[in-house]
Amino acid sequence: MKTDTIAAIATAMSDSGIGIIRVSGENAIEIVSKIYRSKNRKKCLCDVKTHTIHYGFIYDGDILIDEVMVAVLYAPNTYTRENTVEIDCHGGILVMNQILDVLLRGGCRLAEPGEFTKRAFLNGRIDLSRAEAVMDIIHSKNEFALRSSISQLSGAVTRKVQFLREEILYEIAYIESALDDPEHISLDGYCAKLEKKVKSIKSILKKLIDSADCGKMLKDGINTVIIGKPNVGKSSLLNFLVGEDRAIVTSVAGTTRDVLEESIKLHGIGLNIMDTAGIHDTDDEVEKIGVDKARKYAQNADLILYVVDTSRQLDENDDAIMELSADKNMIVLLNKSDLEQIVNAEEVLKKLTHMSENKSNKLTCVSEINPEKLTHMSDCNQKIQGENKKTDTCVITEKNRKIRIISTSIKENIGLDKLEEVIKEMFFGGEIFINDELYITNQRHKEAFLEAYESMEMVQESLVKEMPEDFYSIDLMSAYTSLGKIIGEEVGEDLINEIFDKFCMGK
Amino acid sequence: MMKGIREKVDVCVIGAGHAGCEAALACARMGLETVIFTVSVDSIALMPCNPNIGGSSKGHLVRELDALGGEMGKNIDKTFIQSKMLNVSKGPAVHSLRAQADKADYSREMRKVLENQEHLVIKQAEVVELLTEPLSHSDKVYEKKIIGVKTYTGAVYEASAVILCTGTYLRARCLCGESITYTGPNGLQAANFLTDSLKSLGVELCRFKTGTPARMDGRSIDYSKMEEQFGDERIVPFSFSTDPNDVQINQVSCWLTYTNQNTHEIIRSNLDRSPIYAGIIEGTGPRYCPSIEDKVVRFADKERHQVFIEPEGLYTNEMYVGGMSSSLPEDVQLAMYRTVPGLEHCRIVKNAYAIEYDCILPNQLYPTLEFKKVLGLFSAGQFNGSSGYEEAAAQGLIAGINASLFIQGKEPIVLDRSQAYIGVLIDDLVTKENLEPYRMMTSRAEYRLLLRQDNADLRLRKIGYEVGLISKEQYAIVCDKEKMIEQEILRLQNKKVGANKEIQEFLESKKSSGLKTAASLAELISRPELSYEAIAEIDMDRPKLSDAIIEQININLKYDGYIKRQKKQVEQFKKLEAKKINSDIDYNAIKNLRLEARQKLQKFKPVSVGQASRISGVSPADISVLLVYLEHLHYNSERKTL
Repeated sequence: MKTDTIAAIATAMSDSGIGIIRVSGENAIEIVSKIYRSKNRKKCLCDVKTHTIHYGFIYDGDILIDEVMVAVLYAPNTYTRENTVEIDCHGGILVMNQILDVLLRGGCRLAEPGEFTKRAFLNGRIDLSRAEAVMDIIHSKNEFALRSSISQLSGAVTRKVQFLREEILYEIAYIESALDDPEHISLDGYCAKLEKKVKSIKSILKKLIDSADCGKMLKDGINTVIIGKPNVGKSSLLNFLVGEDRAIVTSVAGTTRDVLEESIKLHGIGLNIMDTAGIHDTDDEVEKIGVDKARKYAQNADLILYVVDTSRQLDENDDAIMELSADKNMIVLLNKSDLEQIVNAEEVLKKLTHMSENKSNKLTCVSEINPEKLTHMSDCNQKIQGENKKTDTCVITEKNRKIRIISTSIKENIGLDKLEEVIKEMFFGGEIFINDELYITNQRHKEAFLEAYESMEMVQESLVKEMPEDFYSIDLMSAYTSLGKIIGEEVGEDLINEIFDKFCMGK
Repeated sequence: MMKGIREKVDVCVIGAGHAGCEAALACARMGLETVIFTVSVDSIALMPCNPNIGGSSKGHLVRELDALGGEMGKNIDKTFIQSKMLNVSKGPAVHSLRAQADKADYSREMRKVLENQEHLVIKQAEVVELLTEPLSHSDKVYEKKIIGVKTYTGAVYEASAVILCTGTYLRARCLCGESITYTGPNGLQAANFLTDSLKSLGVELCRFKTGTPARMDGRSIDYSKMEEQFGDERIVPFSFSTDPNDVQINQVSCWLTYTNQNTHEIIRSNLDRSPIYAGIIEGTGPRYCPSIEDKVVRFADKERHQVFIEPEGLYTNEMYVGGMSSSLPEDVQLAMYRTVPGLEHCRIVKNAYAIEYDCILPNQLYPTLEFKKVLGLFSAGQFNGSSGYEEAAAQGLIAGINASLFIQGKEPIVLDRSQAYIGVLIDDLVTKENLEPYRMMTSRAEYRLLLRQDNADLRLRKIGYEVGLISKEQYAIVCDKEKMIEQEILRLQNKKVGANKEIQEFLESKKSSGLKTAASLAELISRPELSYEAIAEIDMDRPKLSDAIIEQININLKYDGYIKRQKKQVEQFKKLEAKKINSDIDYNAIKNLRLEARQKLQKFKPVSVGQASRISGVSPADISVLLVYLEHLHYNSERKTL
């Protein structure tokens, strides 16, 4: 079994109060001791007793990252039966990321999904009946990681990785062909060509690494999908949230035919906002595709912003939308509150309740004013009627979700501050959260990019040193392998195929 | 009861090509009574295609074979007529030796070795049947056990192990345009019965194809239109046991010429008469060794292809036309060859032809080259879906060693991918799904910086010694060599030179930058412009060392960083390789594996987790599951023994 030291964030990736980072392996204590400073700077974690907790700070070089409590646990009395350190830091994605990053640079490897448990098992910590469960976890997590590493990676990055791999593979294949068949393929003047290529590959890699640091590489925000009938103000909402005119807004229904996507930060929360085509029955072929896409996006959403035009009657299209978004976290925006109100919260609630009853889920309703008190629908309705409908929120609690209803006028900028607040509340309240697998995937990608970058540097070094060509392919191959990890592709036969396809060989 | 000869031996080797010879010699040298069968004693170790041994990565195989105690290296040292170290302008990992052979001489010398080998008997006979008996049901691993072979004349040879080295002879047919003959290479008798016997044992067969170019009458070739290709000035022998001074012979030349648009035009306009393009050939041919018609079709934009004219031997004027193998009809061949500069008036002695033959899917074998289904049945060479003399010989040796170890009741030898090209070759064969004849290539070896042809003795002599193919004296030489390299490197690392005037002047004279502080001699040697030899002037008290040792010192110091990186990769690789899997494991019982992985693993029966990870269709997640499962088994069994 691998005995290297692994690290991972043990708590959920959200802005909770406290976060825990766990480090396990032979060098766990040594690695953490290098980035830890006690208050008087005199204490060294290597000298402390096992199973003790220490107050202090985590530093990245000379830069203070966070104030922490560090638990030092020597093997064998730990979860993994290896030396273990747990760092209790302030929760917050940024801080946890930074600490993890320092650890990874200090010699830890990012733990694979389920790896702590796997180690615990392999070191005899878990009994046999749990072994199978562990295998299940590993499998499903790995499957997920693979899926997400491909599907969650933004298309642009995937294409870049594929492009880089092709470029590298071509060079490897060229060198290898020349080696295997020196009489047919010449390497004269090849180095200068390769040097150029290496430089350009390096600069692309550098950009990718930087983008990983900014968190732009993955769609790691909350997938927020704006849906609604045509011309209820969906695109206006997107424009408001993004802060620029991203979507074309007209008064013509069905203006948005494709899905527009923007990433924004709202109070530090990453949102991936997708504006969709209005959902309605249509004969327009192009529009139909847009509507189908909207449905698909809604199904995969973490959060749905359902925009209702209160100046128009609810109809069967609204039914369809509610059906589509059942079981989803949802905020209903009763928009166009500046116009005459034909539809009110009560009506929307009724419809939602109806949908819900069909699904035999009990709906309970909580008003803004007294969130502790759960009441029945009828009470809720009464309460809403008694309140200022324009800006207040109504919260409906279902089995697994809460639905909030807000009155807005996007045009008049009414109620939008409330929307932001509600999203924030849902996020910090733990109702919606960033999938931490995605975060790990992101880290993995970054690591792989760094590896590839280092390998390309080695190639450059070999070029400068005027090493024989076959040395380049050693590091080119490493770079190729590293990049392959990102898109989950295997190395091996494809090189051979490339050689055959690209070059003419023979005795 | 039928009368007939009935003999009892230890091992039967079927076929006396390059695989068969190595297998038989290994068994006999390991003390087992061995009989080697061939359809023609006059074609022992025949080279039916190219007249050379070695070449890129194949040269590595021969050197490894020699380090382990094989014969090919010694035999080519005795019979070569030109020798060249390829890729010398490149790194040491890809230096590769290639020697032109006198084909007839090569064959004769090998026959002599076989004839003089104790415990070995040569028998001209066609083996038509493998004799087996069923194993009891308690044996979960094998279905049957080999007990001997039967020849066409009805003779029975009882044996504990049988090694199949049938090469391209099984149900062979040769194609030259529309003309088809049912023979093995060079008109030799094909073996038409063994296939059925194999099928009845449940062995899966497939059909591969390969080809060879024409041989020309040397007198009809105009060499003045070609470029002469010389051998090396200083010849390096293949065998570690050959004294370099004994092989500095007068060499013959090869010749280089090119095809042109006229050649390609003739080929294109006659493609419909090519048995491959007309669909007559069913077998899969090798992509890396394409026929000239393949090259013209696949690389249509290439204006010309190289053609090497190589002598077939000293006592014949036949010349091999390398690069132009073909299965086009005789008349097209002649027209096509005659477009090539220097071949305008050529006379063909032997036509080019393609050959089709039965071989097995080698994933039916363990890495020991024993059949998974039949205890004691081994196979090697082209029969296993490889191509090339060297690939065949390497497998032959390993099959021979393992058949012997099996009879002796000892642990088999399996070389892994970080130990030898032979390991890469066999692992690829038994683990990957090969859809065409397999050829060794440097690009297949991940750790090639460690698997150099110059250190094959240091890597493998010990194993050869342990199995009994390398004598104590020969092994001692390698041990001494190793020690001397180590000591000298240590000395060079510890001996420092200061930044004084004498040293600076010396460095300047070598166009090397001056020193700022003291440096070790090892550091100086690692500079690209310097070497062990180059700094002799400032290292007066060095011991007298052989060229081979100096070569090792230079390589180890100069490529230290790369070697270390590669060793690190090997360490990672070894971890999974060291996790052995018992062959009686039931993958269907591991429910967490994906169905595809379960089926693949059940079929391939990998011997280690490392091998499992290289099977296509087995994902990293499956490997994690497998690891946990194995630990679980291990944990259980340990508990039981406590």
